[in-house]
Amino acid sequence: MEYKISNRLRLTAIILMVVGALGVGFGFINSNKSFEEVETMLANESHHGGGHGEAATQEHGEHHVEATAHGASEADHATKQDNSHDSGHEVVDEHTKHVNHVMHAMHNRPWSAFYVAAFFFMMISLGVLAFYAIQYASQAGWSPLLLRVMEGITAYLLPGALIVLLIAALSHFIGHNSIFVWMDPDVVAHDKLIQGKTGWLNVWGFIIRGLVFIAGWALYRHFSRKFSIAQDKADDNKNFKKTFRISAAFLVFFIYTESMMSWDWIMSVDPHWFSTLFGWYVFAGMMVCGVTVIAFITMYLKGKGLLPHVNDSHLHDLAKFMFAFSIFWTYLWFSQFMLIWYSNIPEEVTYFVTRIEDYKLPFFGMLAMNFIFPLLLLMNSDYKRVPWFIVMAGVVILVGHYIDVFNMIMPATVGDQWYIGVPEIASMLFFAGLFIFIVFTALTKAPLTPSRNPFVKESEHFHY
Amino acid sequence: METSDKVIHAIYNDDDVLMAAVKTVKAKRFHIEEIYTPFPVHGLDKAMGLAPTRIAIAAFMYGCVGLTVATIMMNFIMIEDWPQNIGGKPSFSYLENMPAFVPIMFELTVFFAAHLMVITFYLRSRMWPFKKAENPDPRTTDDHFLMEIPVNHGNERELHDLLSKTGAVEINVVNNTH
Repeated sequence: MEYKISNRLRLTAIILMVVGALGVGFGFINSNKSFEEVETMLANESHHGGGHGEAATQEHGEHHVEATAHGASEADHATKQDNSHDSGHEVVDEHTKHVNHVMHAMHNRPWSAFYVAAFFFMMISLGVLAFYAIQYASQAGWSPLLLRVMEGITAYLLPGALIVLLIAALSHFIGHNSIFVWMDPDVVAHDKLIQGKTGWLNVWGFIIRGLVFIAGWALYRHFSRKFSIAQDKADDNKNFKKTFRISAAFLVFFIYTESMMSWDWIMSVDPHWFSTLFGWYVFAGMMVCGVTVIAFITMYLKGKGLLPHVNDSHLHDLAKFMFAFSIFWTYLWFSQFMLIWYSNIPEEVTYFVTRIEDYKLPFFGMLAMNFIFPLLLLMNSDYKRVPWFIVMAGVVILVGHYIDVFNMIMPATVGDQWYIGVPEIASMLFFAGLFIFIVFTALTKAPLTPSRNPFVKESEHFHY
Repeated sequence: METSDKVIHAIYNDDDVLMAAVKTVKAKRFHIEEIYTPFPVHGLDKAMGLAPTRIAIAAFMYGCVGLTVATIMMNFIMIEDWPQNIGGKPSFSYLENMPAFVPIMFELTVFFAAHLMVITFYLRSRMWPFKKAENPDPRTTDDHFLMEIPVNHGNERELHDLLSKTGAVEINVVNNTH
């Protein structure tokens, strides 16, 4: 069935992008406060003072070396930005240090908000790409009817991932290292721990690795899509077999690169912290979001009568995946949290200390949204077949996982200066618009039902 | 419905034929007392019009019981009865030390849900070690399917004709044993 993007949808996407872009621009302008402005602001809300001091120590003070490094780098920035407070490389008084710290956090906020939103949508399409490869590699008989929907979603991967990498790089080149503190040579010069990691954590290494990951994912997506369309017109199953082989190879490539991507793009915002199962944790989050978005778009297209063979058993299967991956995500979240909480080693536990102190509501709220909600809503077999029920659970899951990414990035970049306000929401709107635009445009490029997939008959009669 | 002391046993040797027969018999509004099969026949319960099982609901409630047991038990032992300092873990309130209790809460939830559900299944389907087998024909454990229909005042002839048309390989009228 041929799909044509409706004008209303295209217009919605464009409006989202324009409104989002305006909001993002406003965020960048609004956050660009000078030293004096921040100073007055802090004086006005004096009750905040103690908290920041503490947070600053929490975040940067576990190692003496680091604290010194920050003092020095902040003094540097102070020199650059405001001469009246120039104290060079001498000891900076507590007040100046504090105001500088808050000012940098505020400058970082629009960068981080933009980055979080970019990563969130990239991770949806990456999760879908992995899910898609699994469908081929496992020769699943239920899913071929949904393969074109998945291909549509993965169309966002290449631009989306490039944007994430671009934001990361720009935050170094024009944003004064707003997202990744290890990109700042001043910080590294005073930080023995980061110095020890420069073999991995250096700007060009980061960019090249990122390009390699993206190239690998995009190549798989390009060829699997190509073979998938070629299979429709072929008179044998050669294309299907090719996709099967490259899917298996891609899954191996993916699990390595996904893991490294999560160290680079997320874990390195806290360059002093490390966790072994972090890659899996990020992976579980992206799979939930990916499957949820597949379900959403499938229901949308089915509602328009464009996927006539998709029945409620397909929906049921997707909802089961949403349910199961939600629990898998929780399992990994808890495994990571509990191991670190239990042993309470200072160098690891600061990660959760800052999050629980400054991000109590998002930190525990997302646990309710990503675990308890899907657990209770999607447990019943009958509910998994009711579209509006899946939509309800899916919206909670998507918002919950946005907050999950938010919780991974923000505490390291803006600390306790976080708020879900204009920069965050505008960034989400912008990328939502871009995502809708690219995905639904890609959906128009090929028939929505793969006609000669060897398993499509089975999928049409799929019944649970 | 009046119970009779006679039942008809129609024996089939193919599950597809059995499914078709069940549909015919149901269409003629005869009551099917029981069907014996050597293995699960997909869709047979639907064709017979059996009510869906509620064992999943029972399991959910048993799981809730398990979670409650775990919570109350550990709250009493670790927090209320003897809040000792063990390796610096905060025993001031249940919530503060909760991550350490989660593995047990999880396992007991699963344990209660699984075991009580199995026991419920045994009770509801009346299965226990020295139970006398209720098998009307030993071939139904191997490769035959048996449909049991009670006989009511003189519809024996009619039933016999109907069942033989549905492809039964053997039709016996026997005295009701249970």
